[in-house]
Amino acid sequence: MNRATWRRLISYLFVAACGLSVLIALVPLVMILFFVISQGVQALNVEFFTAMPKPVGEPGGGMLNAFVGTLMLIGLAAALAIPVGVISGIYMSEYAGTRLATMVRFAADTLNGVPSIVIGIFAYGIAVLPFRQFSALAGGLALGVMMIPIIARTTEELLLLVPGSLREGALALGATRARAVFSVILPAAIPGIITGIVLALARIAGETAPLLFTSFNNQFFSTDVRQPMASMTVQIFNYATSAYDDWIRQAWAGALVLVTFVLICSLLARVVTARLQRLRG
Amino acid sequence: MRGEYGFRLAIGAVAVLVVVLVAAIGVELARQSWLSIEKFGLSFWTTSIWDPVAGEFGAFPFIWGTLYSSIAALLIATPIALGIAVFISELSPAWLKGPLIFLTELLAAIPSIVYGLWGIFVLVPAVRQLELNTPQALRELPLFSGAPLGLGMLSAALILAVMVIPFTSAIAREVLKTVPVAQREAAYALGATRFEAIRAAMFFARTGILGAVMLGFGRALGETMAVTMVIGNTPQVSASLFAPQHTMAAVIANEFTEASDRLYLNALIEIGLVLFIITLLVNAGSRLLIWAMGRTPARTARRVATPVTT
Amino acid sequence: MKFPADSVICMTNRLVAGAGLVALVAATACGGGAPQQSAQSGESPSAGGTVQINGAGATFPNPIYSKWFAEYTKQHPDVQINYQPIGSGGGIRQLTAQTVFFGASDTPMTDDQLKEAPGPILHFPTVLGAVVPIYNLEGVSELKFTGQLLADIYLGKVKKWNDPAIAKVNPGVTLPATDIAVAHRSDGSGTTFIFLDYLSKVSPEFQTRVGANASVNWPVGVGGKGNDGVAGLVSQTPGAIGYVELIYALQNKIDFGAVQNATGEFVKASPDAVTKAAAGAAMPADFRVSITNAAGAGAYPISSFTWLLLYQAPSDTVRAKGMVDFVKWALTDGQKYATDLGYAPVPATVVQQELATLGTIKVP
Repeated sequence: MNRATWRRLISYLFVAACGLSVLIALVPLVMILFFVISQGVQALNVEFFTAMPKPVGEPGGGMLNAFVGTLMLIGLAAALAIPVGVISGIYMSEYAGTRLATMVRFAADTLNGVPSIVIGIFAYGIAVLPFRQFSALAGGLALGVMMIPIIARTTEELLLLVPGSLREGALALGATRARAVFSVILPAAIPGIITGIVLALARIAGETAPLLFTSFNNQFFSTDVRQPMASMTVQIFNYATSAYDDWIRQAWAGALVLVTFVLICSLLARVVTARLQRLRG
Repeated sequence: MRGEYGFRLAIGAVAVLVVVLVAAIGVELARQSWLSIEKFGLSFWTTSIWDPVAGEFGAFPFIWGTLYSSIAALLIATPIALGIAVFISELSPAWLKGPLIFLTELLAAIPSIVYGLWGIFVLVPAVRQLELNTPQALRELPLFSGAPLGLGMLSAALILAVMVIPFTSAIAREVLKTVPVAQREAAYALGATRFEAIRAAMFFARTGILGAVMLGFGRALGETMAVTMVIGNTPQVSASLFAPQHTMAAVIANEFTEASDRLYLNALIEIGLVLFIITLLVNAGSRLLIWAMGRTPARTARRVATPVTT
Repeated sequence: MKFPADSVICMTNRLVAGAGLVALVAATACGGGAPQQSAQSGESPSAGGTVQINGAGATFPNPIYSKWFAEYTKQHPDVQINYQPIGSGGGIRQLTAQTVFFGASDTPMTDDQLKEAPGPILHFPTVLGAVVPIYNLEGVSELKFTGQLLADIYLGKVKKWNDPAIAKVNPGVTLPATDIAVAHRSDGSGTTFIFLDYLSKVSPEFQTRVGANASVNWPVGVGGKGNDGVAGLVSQTPGAIGYVELIYALQNKIDFGAVQNATGEFVKASPDAVTKAAAGAAMPADFRVSITNAAGAGAYPISSFTWLLLYQAPSDTVRAKGMVDFVKWALTDGQKYATDLGYAPVPATVVQQELATLGTIKVP
């Protein structure tokens, strides 16, 4: 066959391979979802969302304190990670050639590879032991530290891909560097940055190990950040590893709720992004 | 420039926090593992014994297991993830994009313990069946030797691959989205096929894509819960995909809560330190790679991508 | 892509959206600033209002402890006891570091551990439990094991199910020629300690080669995480053998074997058999005792107490009073919940001894 036909053939094969990879990824997804839904839906009722945990042998009970706890922990983590991550990303892209930027990039990638339990041990060492107190703040610290590298690196990568003409245009109009970044370049990359934030949230929403030694978990309802705080992941872990059907079913229901929550977050992020893009025209 | 230094100082101060954080983790790990470092020194990295009762500790089986499982996972996941990213950003019809993105994010949303439980009840038996049905000729090879337990390196690599795919593909997708239209139009104008135009776009975004792959690798290196439930948790060094092995993150997660002996605890934390150092080395290596690959793209891109008409 | 120059105008909209997001995040974070009426901050004594007491430790008694704490709070709404099952060793560590008020462990603290603590710690046995050998053999539902046999399986000396050593102890049972797939715990655990304590007592070779600890260097076998991990492993793998707490075998309906006790009798675990094992043991003043390899009719040899750990002279006397009252309740009224959940109650003589020791803790 001549060269043109050969090239076209390669192209078709490539397209087919991409389509195939989508299908391959969907298989485990469907299996896992089916697994979680079929197991979890049995224990899903109104009481699950509004009641407190009950001991074994008593039917019913819910995860109210765990829902609230997880939301607060994620809030604390995001409050730490979003500013630090985005600003670090800005630095890495604006001053890309400097030594500090290289160090920060290196540090962020390393941080990303540290296992969650090691970060938990670290947060335990600096935020729990000295105060002799498990607290939601320590848990938020551990989770926030895990989010930072994901947000920082995605911010950096996307800012770097914004065309240079934009920056040059802004600077030519007399804007300061700060103005150029915050008014022109950053908004152009916001959709991608939001994806990075949502990815980071998804990453930490399912984490158990770093919370075991920081926010500890709490059988009772509490919104005090200086005290142990319930979280869905630890509660799911405790229930799933027990021997009781009642608890195990609740663990699955909890897992289902957790997955749904993360999805809602990403959908919201998508809506906000679309809104912003429509505004920009 | 007006306000230049102020701006640079302000955001630099925040950025330096990341470096301080990493240094602090390293220091804290070293401090809490000092007993073990003193006792074993460098031999900790090469010894294969893990005996809490006798007080003999060596990290080699865990280093082996971690690298083996992560690299295997990366080999499986990267082509699939990039294929998905390309499909979503370049090939799929507009109505399909949203649902596909949604589905990939769904994979990222599943907590690792759920992956682990699915692993035990679904993946491991399936892998066991696969192992039982492997032809005898292949079984002779060290890569496929061993009892068909189902638990082992293969299950771990597969589950890690599934967990890594959404991360790598989401970032690769975002990166591909920001390749200027001009690039592709130029390629098509020159008579490129679909594949060749996409290849050009991927080349343009190569540093971003490599960054996506590295983030996925980092995820695989540090993953704990899902791996520990399917890998068999046996500290042994084996080339076989079928053999149960162990990883650094898994051994820490398993034994940290119960280790009440000083030396034991220090040894476990030293494994954390080893993992930390390995992540540092892997990053340094990939930094060099990215530097070599991407010496020009960002700068050149900004100049080249200045649209003439848009 | 178009990037209009009037992005500055759109900036306001973006700022508003961004501020909204930040406010949402900050609201959830700040909402927890004010302590609720029902929870006290820090470890300082409370002046009226509810007291929350944090504890950590063994996973084995978690079901009954959660039942107890819930029942107790119903009767005493001003006391909330928050217990987390992070493992026996974890409980001991956190207690020593004073990040929790009390600990719980399936194995008594060693002398070294007691020395490391900032103050004297008392042990209080609360319930009894059993560790059973589970297996997955098609067509075989009743198996007997001697201690030596179990030790040899876990040493890797007995490799197949139809090994003469197994057949000798189980006459008349058809044993298949399958390999034995050994399963043990990958995580450190009190359950492991109890099992190994027993094996070390019955097999000197096991004692030297492996020893008894929460985590050991296993000669053979794969590791499952947690009791559920081992239970799952065994129920999924044909020809597997493992060890779990009794309740896991019962709840998951896995076959478990009878074990030979020191008198030579083969006993299958049950709350009754466990109580008999405890009855034979001489209880020292500090309650640190091992009752594995018990002798006596009907006594199950792989049984153990589980303990609550309390400081003898804590500075927080209000919490101390809360815990002392609770332990008193648990040892008397609480025991009636034990058998339903698969545990055995503490013998009456031991309870008397404990109540006396409780009196030595300083309370207001």
